[in-house]
Amino acid sequence: MNAALTGYNFGYLDEATKRMIRRALLKAVCIPGHQVPFGAREMPLPYGWGTGGIQVTASVLGPDDVLKVIDQGADDTTNAVSIRRFFNRVAGVATTESTAEATIIQTRHRIPETPLSEGQILVYQVPMPEPLFRLEPRVAESTRLHAMAEYGLMQVKLYEDIARQGEVATSYNHPVMVNHRYLMSPSPIPAFDNPKMHMNAGLQLFGAGREKRIYAVPPYTDVRSLDFEDHPFKPVRAPHACAICGSEESYLDEVITDDQGGRMHVCSDTDYCASRPPV
Amino acid sequence: MIVLHTEALAKSFTLHLQGGVSIPVLRDVELTLRAGECVALAGPSGAGKSTLMRCLYGNYGADSGRILLRHEGAMIDIAAADARVMRAVRRDTLGYVSQFLRVIPRVPTLDIVAEPMRARGVAPDEARARAAALLTRLNMPPALHGLPPATFSGGEQQRVNLARGFAAGHPVLLLDEPTASLDAANAEVVIALIAEAKAAGCAIIGIFHDTAVRQRVADRLFQILPVYEPA
Amino acid sequence: MNALLEAQGLHLRFGAVRALDDVALSIWPGEVVAIVGESGSGKSSLLRVLAGMQRADAGQVLYRDAAGATHSILDASDAALRRLMRSDWGFVHQNARDALRMEVSAGGNVGERLMAAGNRHYGNIREVAAHWLERVEMDPARIDETPKNFSGGMQQRLQIARTLVTSPRLVFMDEPTGGLDVSVQAKLLDLIRGLVADLGLAVLLVTHDIAAARLLAHRIMVMRHGQVVEEGLTDRVLDDPRHPYTQLLVSSVLAA
Repeated sequence: MNAALTGYNFGYLDEATKRMIRRALLKAVCIPGHQVPFGAREMPLPYGWGTGGIQVTASVLGPDDVLKVIDQGADDTTNAVSIRRFFNRVAGVATTESTAEATIIQTRHRIPETPLSEGQILVYQVPMPEPLFRLEPRVAESTRLHAMAEYGLMQVKLYEDIARQGEVATSYNHPVMVNHRYLMSPSPIPAFDNPKMHMNAGLQLFGAGREKRIYAVPPYTDVRSLDFEDHPFKPVRAPHACAICGSEESYLDEVITDDQGGRMHVCSDTDYCASRPPV
Repeated sequence: MIVLHTEALAKSFTLHLQGGVSIPVLRDVELTLRAGECVALAGPSGAGKSTLMRCLYGNYGADSGRILLRHEGAMIDIAAADARVMRAVRRDTLGYVSQFLRVIPRVPTLDIVAEPMRARGVAPDEARARAAALLTRLNMPPALHGLPPATFSGGEQQRVNLARGFAAGHPVLLLDEPTASLDAANAEVVIALIAEAKAAGCAIIGIFHDTAVRQRVADRLFQILPVYEPA
Repeated sequence: MNALLEAQGLHLRFGAVRALDDVALSIWPGEVVAIVGESGSGKSSLLRVLAGMQRADAGQVLYRDAAGATHSILDASDAALRRLMRSDWGFVHQNARDALRMEVSAGGNVGERLMAAGNRHYGNIREVAAHWLERVEMDPARIDETPKNFSGGMQQRLQIARTLVTSPRLVFMDEPTGGLDVSVQAKLLDLIRGLVADLGLAVLLVTHDIAAARLLAHRIMVMRHGQVVEEGLTDRVLDDPRHPYTQLLVSSVLAA
């Protein structure tokens, strides 16, 4: 398994680039939720496949780390498998599918069900880091709104959801306030996962490759989902038990099983599901 | 008690659009008015009676001289007062009934009459009640009170104007032809209102075209003669 | 009592053009002041300088807040100005589309200032928004429609509701009835007149419409070539204009 390629620097990126990214990460950790620009490199995979996350992972990865990669909660999907294999080959690090065993977990669109512990790092792949992106098309104005902490506009968006649909329509990528200061996109994780960000023991790092932004939530940081007093934030979960492990707490994927409308609900977090006795 | 006194008051109009020609209208006007008296301005047509009235109200600016008015217990020169002081003077001390009502679109008659009382802090209900009573006394049927006066006849508009002028109980009142468009019955009401105001200590300066009315309300006449430029 | 806003010695040049040439002004609580003059007279520049949207070359603008603290507008930081614009001030633009969020419902447009001020109660925001739609004579049943469907006059009324919902102490209005049909203008002016009187607002109104100034303003300032050529009580300036330019301005309108 440990078939590291020769001819590449450890972790694929050159050391100067890693240093640049680490500096951006340090700044991001110091200003929780604030987007820090960085000089994203071209990576050997297309934008949208995790170029931001992969650069963050490459920059924090050491030879002793144990890496886990998940895509929508699963360790065995194409994106997860290729990124895991990539780091195995360019860094020669150990990989795992176990959340508890991993020191670094790169994720696309989920937070593992198993709570992180101190010392663990969760690296998010982020397509669009700017939470105000659809509301304020001018980048300079968005920057000012962050600088002045003027987030009434985001609240207007939630107001519009409730006015039109009776409830907040964002079932994923629901904006959060970090450390009572910065409005942040949690990346397209389900709203169900938002509460896990709050006071998390692990370090949460976010990388957006195409948009060239890095941001972070340090351990034990206050992270609140935006809501209204009379329409409090509700993490939504399909009202079913997992067809494999029977969990009634985990986030479920709906799987279509035939052309007659047959369907089943299974845990999106494959490691969590596999660690439980089957029903 | 002297409530109003003018010293060397002069007013001319410079018509810049007509080559800057200057038309003198008032010169050396010395007028004294005491509480409880009614002074009628007299003089030939065009002598400047209305101009004096408008100068006293601050509607026209005096060129020189002083207009001393008792306002909040002290004599102040309103010819030199700034706009903010003048607004307070108009709100609390100086009332003016012009010949014509300036109609504000869509505002009901009752509110137009109540407005000066409201500005002086009278509660809305009381102001409206007093406004309604005054209008009714001036033979304005209640059916009209809720309508904006834009479509009213000249006489009706004049009565709205009078009700508005008398409503707030200003200590100094300027009346420009208050009975001009009124029939005899309504003119009698105005004469009674003037008498009551005087009895309450109000000082009045008026222009009364109707000599019969003038003789009944005025305590004395103040003559205004046309200004002739020395050749 | 003290002035809300006081400006002195304002100068502003755009190249060879003197937009403001030693302009002074003060506005007191509850006072409506109209700035009239033709296009290019400097009246809009004055409004923008007073509202902190444009820096003057020289001069001073002081704003006194509700707590009695004085803010120097020309030296204020962006953050301080935005705070004022959110809490103490309102700005009504000539073109409602410059102020409204055209993709956001009427209720969301009116509610935005409430949410910016920290209101996080949906039901309360909605109730206040519906109440304000009624105050500007719009059907509250249209609360969830976007302004795209509204006429020009309705858009302008929505802008006014959106501006006044947080009870600002000072409202800047830049030609609020410009670009509307005459009949719509009259209705809007009347609406503004009523709201301003009811709320006791201080308003700085820039207009070239003498009739609008006559109806709304207690005081009037006439500007020409960046200078205030005449000022005073509205009826005094309009009935006894003294400066040649004011006489020209007044004589060029039908009985206002």
